[in-house]
Amino acid sequence: MKRYLLLTLVLVLAAALAGCGGEKLNKLGYYPKLNVYNWSDYIDPEVLKDFEDEYGIKVNYENFATNEEMLAKLKAGGTSYDVLFPSDYMVQALIELGMLQELDFDNLGNFKNVDPMFKNLIFDPENKYSVPYFWGTMGIVYDSIRIPEEITSWRALWDPRYAGKIVMLDSSRDSIGITLKMLGYSANTRDLGELNEAMEELIKQKPLVRSYEIDAFKDMIASGDAIMSLCWSGDAMLLISEHSNLSYSIPKEGTNVWVDCMVVPTTSKHKREAELFIDYMLRPDVNAKCALAVGYSTANTEAIKLLPKEIQENEVAYPKGNVWDKGEIFVDLGEFTIEYDRVWTEIKSR
Amino acid sequence: MEKKKQGLAIPYIAWTVIFSIVPLIIILVYSFCERTPYGDIVFKFTTENYVKFFQPIYLKVLWRSVVLAVSSTLACLLIGYPMAWIIARAGDRARNFMVMLFVLPLWTNFLLRTYAWMGLLRENGFFNQLLMAIGLIHQPLKMLYTDGAVMVGMVYNFLPFMVLPIYSVLVKMDQGHIDAANDLGADPKQTFLRVILPLSFPGIVSGIIMVFMPALSTFIISDLLGGGQTMMLGNLIQNQFLSARNWQFGSAISSVMIVMVLITTLISGKYRGEGSEMLW
Repeated sequence: MKRYLLLTLVLVLAAALAGCGGEKLNKLGYYPKLNVYNWSDYIDPEVLKDFEDEYGIKVNYENFATNEEMLAKLKAGGTSYDVLFPSDYMVQALIELGMLQELDFDNLGNFKNVDPMFKNLIFDPENKYSVPYFWGTMGIVYDSIRIPEEITSWRALWDPRYAGKIVMLDSSRDSIGITLKMLGYSANTRDLGELNEAMEELIKQKPLVRSYEIDAFKDMIASGDAIMSLCWSGDAMLLISEHSNLSYSIPKEGTNVWVDCMVVPTTSKHKREAELFIDYMLRPDVNAKCALAVGYSTANTEAIKLLPKEIQENEVAYPKGNVWDKGEIFVDLGEFTIEYDRVWTEIKSR
Repeated sequence: MEKKKQGLAIPYIAWTVIFSIVPLIIILVYSFCERTPYGDIVFKFTTENYVKFFQPIYLKVLWRSVVLAVSSTLACLLIGYPMAWIIARAGDRARNFMVMLFVLPLWTNFLLRTYAWMGLLRENGFFNQLLMAIGLIHQPLKMLYTDGAVMVGMVYNFLPFMVLPIYSVLVKMDQGHIDAANDLGADPKQTFLRVILPLSFPGIVSGIIMVFMPALSTFIISDLLGGGQTMMLGNLIQNQFLSARNWQFGSAISSVMIVMVLITTLISGKYRGEGSEMLW
């Protein structure tokens, strides 16, 4: 009896080992597993299911909350991710760190659907490593009933009439960035004088600020506890669709425009399947489905055409004209990142 | 027999080495390393991370955290000691019931309990509604997003860690000591100050350490109840790892904090009574 048990055990182990060791391909000739690492709530889960059904590739889907968290996990090793969804400046950092694989655009037939406005951007100038997914702007979401005048400037966030009802983001790049724009500087400045000026402004603003938030600003605006808040366009879309009293404004001084991309890290051993997945995500119907579920703006021109008319014409999500007239993209600041952190500590410890 | 006993300690030793000692060494090593612009660890010795910490802006954060942590610990002690006394002196059934009442909230997620406090403290929350209903105030008070709210959150969350160690010392205290003090003519105040309090010292010390450590390093409570207005040591460390890409500096701050806790432990260890039990 004991011997049989041992035999079974050995057989099971052997089978398990065979499963790990060999590159077993599925009927369509693909490696049947793909590790995808994306922001939370940034996809329509049905899409993953459809992908599995179509190609017989099981998607192992994981979430991150910040670009830095993703970078840390990527550096630590462990899971060999096949597809990542980093933001603009993080794409730049990953390229400079040599952590991305060049994409084979012959395998990405649907790349033609991407709006040329979002190709060859500053973080990947020759567009060799990344494919734009969603994008958005930063602006002010506010209660247009309690604030009768139209908001056109970042200065509104410094208006003492709304003291205690203003919410800022607990993120150094974003809050400092819009202050720099307000002062007429670049949101990517590496000039200590300009940075310190922004710091003084934010310290002046602090007594007016209700709180610094990452996610809770949405609840505060929705419940009316706050009257205005810094906000990303995608969140503003969702908020306004549920609360008609809210409005979204991109101030005239300009703002930050961000683009989240799909990339393949060097850790991936299955680039072909990764590219298959990226190309799948670029299909107009698939992409539109995700855009609808998530609320952010897609960079995919063909997908936009499939969205409901009222979304296509919504200026919160799709402002008229060239996006790059409205704002600039964040650039990775390298060594200077530390200065932003110091300034942020200075502001927060007042 | 002796050998067998030693063998039993292996899992414990392995656990401690893998999950406590090795990570501590990694933190210590990182804190003396240089960095690249992208925050990679360069194994070259530098004390720059520590020099950086001893600048006014970071010392201010340290000072703030220490003040808040010390006040919360004191508040826990002042509230917790009488509670522990009441529980320890109660009858068997009442005692077990009260201990259970203390432990029960710990079964609920810590974040959830802190979120609940946000609901209680906000402008149209329970406390403001109550105070307005009984006519004590006419305008809602700003309770949420203040240092007071952060302290309430800490005291609420960490109180059991103060009460339980003191309780476990008090409940085992020999009634004979107290009877003897009474027989020898001590009044209740003297009995408490010269007999009960010194005997319960080990529990107090354990309680203080168990509250002070998490209070010093918390970042969630100050984020949620303080509205991100106050930067505490915990937040500072978190920022180094998650946004500044400066693990070296984060490790240096962590090391400073570990040293502070170590000093507290050593000092309090001196006051710990002979043969007293450690709860942690």
